[in-house]
Amino acid sequence: MKTIRVIPRLDIKGPNLVKGIHLEGLRVLGKPSDFAKYYYEQGADELMFMDVVASLYERNSLHDIISETAKKIFIPITVGGGLRTISDIKEVLRAGADKVCLNTAAIKRPQLIKEASRTFGSSTIVVAIEAIKENNGKYLAYTDNGREFTGVDVFEWAQRVDEFGAGEIVITSVDNEGTGQGFDVDLVKKISNLVSIPVIAHGGVGKPEDSLKVLKGSHPADALMISSLFHYHYIKENESKVSNEEGNVEFLKQKRNFHTFEPCSINDLKKTLTENKIECRL
Amino acid sequence: MDSLKKKVIIIDYQLGNLFSVKQACDTVGMNAKISTSREDILNADALILPGVGAFNEAMINLEKLDFISAIKLKVSKGIPLFGICLGLQLLFTESDEFGEGKGLDLISGLIKKFPEEHNENKIKVPHIAWNKIYSCNLDWRDIPLFEFNNNEYMYFIHSFYVKPTSNLCVLTNTNYEGVEFCSSILENNIFATQFHPEKSGEKGISIYRNWATINNLL
Repeated sequence: MKTIRVIPRLDIKGPNLVKGIHLEGLRVLGKPSDFAKYYYEQGADELMFMDVVASLYERNSLHDIISETAKKIFIPITVGGGLRTISDIKEVLRAGADKVCLNTAAIKRPQLIKEASRTFGSSTIVVAIEAIKENNGKYLAYTDNGREFTGVDVFEWAQRVDEFGAGEIVITSVDNEGTGQGFDVDLVKKISNLVSIPVIAHGGVGKPEDSLKVLKGSHPADALMISSLFHYHYIKENESKVSNEEGNVEFLKQKRNFHTFEPCSINDLKKTLTENKIECRL
Repeated sequence: MDSLKKKVIIIDYQLGNLFSVKQACDTVGMNAKISTSREDILNADALILPGVGAFNEAMINLEKLDFISAIKLKVSKGIPLFGICLGLQLLFTESDEFGEGKGLDLISGLIKKFPEEHNENKIKVPHIAWNKIYSCNLDWRDIPLFEFNNNEYMYFIHSFYVKPTSNLCVLTNTNYEGVEFCSSILENNIFATQFHPEKSGEKGISIYRNWATINNLL
C-alpha cells in the first residue's frame, strides 16, 4: 500500500507569494508565512518553496522565509530556485530546509546531482523537470520557469536524473500549469514508469477530481504538487487578510482567474482521494 | 535556569540537517545543544543521534570525531539515547549492502535496502511518505508513544531499514508496498525511530515531549 502526499507549492518573489500561468505572468497573492501556516494546519504533507526569480539573479533569497517557517511548521520543507553549487545547497539546508529542488543548474551540469546526492544523501535531492510539449508531440525540458529552451528530451533526462542519484522528481507540465485544465496524465505516468524513484505530479489541477487520473491505474504518481487550487481557497477563506496592501488587490477582488478553478482546501482534496480509495493522511 | 536543566546533546557528525531536531527540542522545552565535541557527549545527560545520508559515511565521520567509544560508554551507563532515521540504523550491527558496513552494534541486527520489486510490483525507493506505525509486541505504556493510537501516520524518508535479530526490541512495524519493516525500537535506555518525529506534525512533536518527560529531562 502506498500513501499519497499532497504538497502545496509556494512560488516566491522577493517577500511575496506569487502565482502565474504557465509559470509566467506573476501576480502577488500575499505573505508566504500566512499561507504556509494555514496549509500546515490544513494537513499539508510537505511544503515546497520556490524562488521563481532566483535563477535569473543566480541566487536564492529564501533563507529568512525558510528559517521563520521551519520554527513553527513540523513537516518537511523543500526549497528550490537558483541553487547552483554544493555550498548553495548547504546554506538553504542550514536555514532549515529538509530537501532542495534543482533544475537549471542540474541540466547545465548533471554532475551536480551526483555530487549533491553523495554529499547530502539521495533523499535530500529533488530534481524538477519543466516539460513543454512540442508540435511534433515530443516533450522537451525547459529551465527558468519554462523560459529557457534546452533541447533535452524529458524522458531521457528523467532517466539520467534517476541514475545520477536524485531522490525524487517533480514533473511540471508547463503547458497545463496555472490553467486548471488538469494534469498531463500521459506525461506523468510515462515518467513514473521510467524511473525507480518517487514522482511528484505538478501543473494544471483545477478541481479535486483532476488528481484522480494520475493516481489511479498503472504507473501512478507518488505525490501531488498543487498551488492555485489551494491559494485561491485560502484567499476565499481569508479575504480580509489578503485584501491589504500586500496583495495585488484589484486582481484578487475580481477573482478573474478563478473561473477555471474549483478552489478547495487540502482537507477537501484528501477527502476526495479517500472516497476514491486512494490512501493519504487525513 | 537552563544550567540546572538536564543537558541534551544532539550529536552532530556533519551529515544532514539538524535544524529541525533542535527546533523540536526547543519547542518542548529541552535544554538541547548541537555539538561536535566528544567532551559534550561524555558530559551529556541524554543523547540524540539524528541523521540523514549514507550509513558508511556516517560511521566514518563518527570514527573520525572519536564519538564511537563515547556513545557506547554513555549507553552502557544507562544514559537515554534517542536515534532518528539513519540514527536508528547506526545502532545496529552492520549493513548487508556494503561489505564492510559495520555499525555501532549496540543492538544486534542488519540494515537492508528496500527491494526494487515485491510480488512483481515495482517499489519506488526511497520510501518517501507519511505511513502508518502499528504495534508489534511491546506495550506502549510508559514509552514515548503512550498517547498514540495504533496506525498513526508518521513521516518517512529512507532507502534502508533495520532487521533486528530479535523482535523483542521492535516497538512498531510499518508496511511499504507489501514490505513490512521495523519502524521503531525500544531496548533498555535506547529509543529510536525510522520515521522523523520532528517532521510529523504535532503528533511527532509529542514524541519528543514524551521522551523528555519519561527521562526527566524537562
